[in-house]
Amino acid sequence: MRYLALFILSFLFWLLLTFDLSPINLAVGAVAALITSLLFGKYFYERVYKFLQPQRYFWFLIYIIILIWECIKANFDVAYRVLHPAMPIKPGIVKIKLELQSEFARAMLANSITMTPGTITVDIVGDDLFVHWIYVSSEDPEQYSRKITGRFEKYIKKTFE
Amino acid sequence: MDLLEILLYIQIALSTSCLYRIIRGPSIADRMVAIDIFGVLVVGICAILSIITEKGFILDIGIAWVILSFIGTLTLAKYLSGKKLNE
Amino acid sequence: MVSTILIVIGVLFNLIGCIGLIRFPDVYNRLQSATKCGTLGTCSILAGTLFHFGFTDAGIKAIIAIPLIFFGATVAAHALVRGAYHFGIKLGDKSVKDDYKDVAK
Repeated sequence: MRYLALFILSFLFWLLLTFDLSPINLAVGAVAALITSLLFGKYFYERVYKFLQPQRYFWFLIYIIILIWECIKANFDVAYRVLHPAMPIKPGIVKIKLELQSEFARAMLANSITMTPGTITVDIVGDDLFVHWIYVSSEDPEQYSRKITGRFEKYIKKTFE
Repeated sequence: MDLLEILLYIQIALSTSCLYRIIRGPSIADRMVAIDIFGVLVVGICAILSIITEKGFILDIGIAWVILSFIGTLTLAKYLSGKKLNE
Repeated sequence: MVSTILIVIGVLFNLIGCIGLIRFPDVYNRLQSATKCGTLGTCSILAGTLFHFGFTDAGIKAIIAIPLIFFGATVAAHALVRGAYHFGIKLGDKSVKDDYKDVAK
């Protein structure tokens, strides 16, 4: 099942990349996608049926919009810290409890945290997420967990889990 | 001079400023950060160049550069974290 | 016209990222500024390319490059932070908190 999904994905990628519908191009793309799916199929995402549930795409769209907005905010935040003469930074590594269970959702949460203002993911050990924060504004774990992951966790849970 | 050409020269100057960090960087990790960002900036140069010359194939070079610099950075990071285990 | 505006914004973000790369005091802060500004700046330049070419083959290539840069840069940033910490590079002088110290060993 997942070999088939990877085959379809890589074939679509080939078609987009070459942008050509002649038969010889289709044949070359099919052979390349077959080799790719045979080699790397066992590393692919396991529960493929989730690709066929339409409500996930809706939540994915909302998630992407929020992510882009946070990304732009992060850039202005960095610009403020870089261009300020006194450089207002107070960095540190904080620990956050994770509530998501599946591996893929955790990876997406780590990616989103890297793109949000002032934070970058360092590591995941067991159920704890370690985050490097450029301005540690509070000491209370409850408060900063909500500040860092609260914006995304709901949508990632609905999209990927 | 066209505005796009000025932007192209600014982008090239930014890549050169990454070379400053590569040469001066106090530790090896600083150099690796600079190399990573250098790869991303070169893709920007490729994109602006493809608009100026109106040739689409330069974007292919950009895509290949992204993938290669990603793999290179991962390899270097693996080397950094694995080095402690060997010693 | 839209494409030129997007490219100007992208080059400005790249400029801020490079200033951060030179000005910040330690590896972790440099990585923050460089990853965020470099990624969004280059994605903005590629979006400008997409607006210039429209949905032709070159425009589709720009669309493909945007998620590649996005995920590539973030995953490379995690790997670099983790590698630098395990290599033994200390957090900078201004740091206030380090929860990762006990777990890393």
